[in-house]
Amino acid sequence: MSTASGSGVPHSKAATSLHRSASLVRLKESGIRLLLFLCATVSMLTTFGIVSVLFSNAIYDVAPQQVGANGEARPNEAFFQQVSVTEFVTETRWTPGYTEKHFGIMPLVCGTLMISGIAALIGLPIGLCSAIYLSEYAAPRTRSIIKPVLEILAGIPTVVYGYFALVFVTPYVLRPIFQDMLGFDVGVFNAASAGIVVGIMIIPMISSLSEDVLRSVPRSLREAAYALGSTRFDVSTRVVVPAALSGIIASFLLAISRAIGETMAVTIAAGQTAIVTADPLGSVATMTSYIVNVSKGDAVIGSIEEKSIYAVGLTLFLMTLVMNIISQFVLRRFREVYN
Amino acid sequence: MSDQQIGYAALLKRRHRISTCFEWTCRVATVSALLFLAALLAGVIWQAWGWLDLQFLTGFDSRRPGKAGLLAGLWGTSWLIFFTAIFTVPMGVGAAIYLEEYATDSRFTRLIKLNLSNLAGVPSIVYGMLGVTAFVRMFGMISAADGWTMALSLGFGTLEIPLPLGRCLLAGSFTLSLLILPVVIIASQEALRAVPPSIRHASYALGATEWQTIRHQVLPAAIPGIATGIILALSRAMGETAPLIVVGAMSYVAFAPGNLDTPMAAVQDPQRVLDAPFDVFTSITIQITNWIEQPKEEFQNLAAAGSLVLLILLVIFNATAIVIRNRAQKKISW
Amino acid sequence: MNSTPTVLPTNAIDQNEELRVDVTKADTTSARDEPGDAAMATARPTVSATSSVDATHAVKIRAKNVDFYYGDNQVLFDVSLDIPEKSVTALIGPSGCGKSTFLRMLNRMNDIIDGTRHTGDVLLEGSDVYDPAVDVVLLRKRVGMVFQKSTPFPKSIFDNIAYGPKVAGLRNNAKLTEIVETSLKRAALWDEVKDRLNSSAMSLSGGQQQRLCIARTLATDPDVILMDEPASALDPKSTARVEDLIFELKKNYTIVIVTHNMQQAARVSQQTAFFFQGVLVETGDTRALFTNPTEKQTEDYITGRFG
Repeated sequence: MSTASGSGVPHSKAATSLHRSASLVRLKESGIRLLLFLCATVSMLTTFGIVSVLFSNAIYDVAPQQVGANGEARPNEAFFQQVSVTEFVTETRWTPGYTEKHFGIMPLVCGTLMISGIAALIGLPIGLCSAIYLSEYAAPRTRSIIKPVLEILAGIPTVVYGYFALVFVTPYVLRPIFQDMLGFDVGVFNAASAGIVVGIMIIPMISSLSEDVLRSVPRSLREAAYALGSTRFDVSTRVVVPAALSGIIASFLLAISRAIGETMAVTIAAGQTAIVTADPLGSVATMTSYIVNVSKGDAVIGSIEEKSIYAVGLTLFLMTLVMNIISQFVLRRFREVYN
Repeated sequence: MSDQQIGYAALLKRRHRISTCFEWTCRVATVSALLFLAALLAGVIWQAWGWLDLQFLTGFDSRRPGKAGLLAGLWGTSWLIFFTAIFTVPMGVGAAIYLEEYATDSRFTRLIKLNLSNLAGVPSIVYGMLGVTAFVRMFGMISAADGWTMALSLGFGTLEIPLPLGRCLLAGSFTLSLLILPVVIIASQEALRAVPPSIRHASYALGATEWQTIRHQVLPAAIPGIATGIILALSRAMGETAPLIVVGAMSYVAFAPGNLDTPMAAVQDPQRVLDAPFDVFTSITIQITNWIEQPKEEFQNLAAAGSLVLLILLVIFNATAIVIRNRAQKKISW
Repeated sequence: MNSTPTVLPTNAIDQNEELRVDVTKADTTSARDEPGDAAMATARPTVSATSSVDATHAVKIRAKNVDFYYGDNQVLFDVSLDIPEKSVTALIGPSGCGKSTFLRMLNRMNDIIDGTRHTGDVLLEGSDVYDPAVDVVLLRKRVGMVFQKSTPFPKSIFDNIAYGPKVAGLRNNAKLTEIVETSLKRAALWDEVKDRLNSSAMSLSGGQQQRLCIARTLATDPDVILMDEPASALDPKSTARVEDLIFELKKNYTIVIVTHNMQQAARVSQQTAFFFQGVLVETGDTRALFTNPTEKQTEDYITGRFG
């Protein structure tokens, strides 16, 4: 670096110009900047990769025909080039692996929504009430202990949740209540056990996000409400939660999107039966469990069965993407008001 | 007191009761969440009791529950996390530095940031599908039948890279790297943002360039936050299963990648170290999944024992992250 | 201590353009905000003709020997003050003197803050406000509060006003509408918002929002209204309207107002209490206090030597 030495007094050299010079340092700076920029674009590449993989396998394939080991032409057409969208959306049977093939996504979506629905029934109320407790009632010390402990629930690997659902929830919770007491038939694999553990899994997400949102509501609003003769219940339910409502809904959407994308817990505990049903006590298949099961199996690469996982994957991706985008949009609007 | 006052007083009692009820409902909700956690841990520990021993940790999988062990999964997961860290740390931190320190608020930058938050919410199995196409099959550009191997001779052994990559450990690592990259970037961004601007201004005022400022002032200050974020992201990668299954990890594997089953073997036969990344693999999570699906009841105990090992590893990772964060908070207070 | 005009200090300048300090006029016959003795107008706030405590007013709130602590920090020292009913009592003093803390004791708003404690009594019509048997919710219905920064709820104007009665248990829509109208009229806001009761309260101007908060407080039918610097965030015109409002309200409500604006205290109150560093230095009839304070500290503060 061309700084003056020793005493700090500038040398009498003539060129103490402030103009830029194309020095090695500047080149190095530009190089580093470029390198870091490339790192940032990897994430764009990922999105591009995901979209193009799903697109080319599910919607339209631009790649040339593949040539197999014996020189024969292997078909490489995308899923929707072989199956009509109408059938995909309206057919109620999903049997890509059978001889008689049907390609209706409804059974898988039904399974996904049923499990996510049960998860929401458990996760949303408990998550929201915990958030209200932590934000409005709990002392700071209690909060500092409970919050991290709740986060542990979020960190438990989903295989462990699946294991818990299969080995504990079904035999020790569902069977005693629904089979022994109420007389329903509870399968070894059922949607309810998966739904319950996924619900437990999303509690910390809702609790943490909603609590942040509740705490953003200014203190002055609470004080004004107290000064008008409110109980704590009045303040929480009539002032704070309504003020925070959009943020809370955003957290709900994020959590449900997470539940929809959940794979291992449902694969292990919910079964593999692709069926449109309203019975949570029987085996169902979800979009995610179908993808996993086909991947584990022996589907021939390039066959329609293998292509079907991309169609299912595309549906899954779009569903979660839409929910995430709406959720972030709502959250950003909320933050604009209160920050 | 007016009539209205008398009515008000009676309602007031009821209102207080409702308020207390509500408080207790919220308390019960919080406690029940904690109870779920306790039940889960208790269940796993109970089932794993007696099955988690040295033989379990040092033996390979077997058809006989009594002899089955987690070693292949332990090696597989270790390799996976190792390579994932190697790929994610430079890319993630580099991207974060670019976004926080260099990028102007242009449309493109905003697009990148929006893209990152969307990627963080994509289900992990979709990453698996990307991984299997991009890394395992390499977009079908080289079909498996026509595949060949690139061989590089390094003094102590030969590095043989199969093309296409196939269902190997490295493909799994690449996939996991992409999965946790958004998380690492976002966490690193926050750590960089927490460094006050005054530090940067002081550095510039002393004549330092942008990179010098980052390298000598900003980055060292942000390292604890970045390290915490990386550790937490890696612990999440450790718990992933679905993307690995789609990429083609094996369920039943009775050997470690590259046949490298003890640390000593690395020294004795370095070729195994070079073979490992390109070998088929499994992970702790996949072994657990496989055991759960076995009909024999003892395999459930094995699954519990595996789960317990996984949970302990996660506790270690998270505790390390917390310790780093707390020590940094004590040392640096802005 | 009378009639010695000192150098005009900046904080003695009247902020309210409409209530001009006319140093030549000596008219004291009208009931509202006419300047007092011309010679004294240059140094101390002008006192209105009604700035006297009516001796027939009963004591509504009585504080006896109150000490107040934030943790280990004592902020009120042996404060004893009687607040007469249906009149305006002003609490004045420099920043940090404890006047807001004292105000918040009267409706137990300090309970919301952790780590506070006090000794001494606060009596509302003879009953101890801090008695464990007292229902705080009921107390706050009777003793309302308007804050410095207006805090409308993010709801409609109607829902803001109706909030108090609704939580109290009133469900009858007709009665609620009536209460909302009455409160808005009493707060001098009705004409401006009567056509848009269902629009959001956040769309009102600052001055309107503050009057909304006053209307909101009135809707709970309180006996006492506490005001913590209600006009300090408002422009002069809105301030004038709020002061007019206070003047009207004192006919039916007991008002305690904290203000750092001495002119305001002089204009609207009948009794003034001067706080300094947690001690109640002097209290008395507003006119007397401003024209003839007994304590030197009071004199210094009023003439602007500090504060």
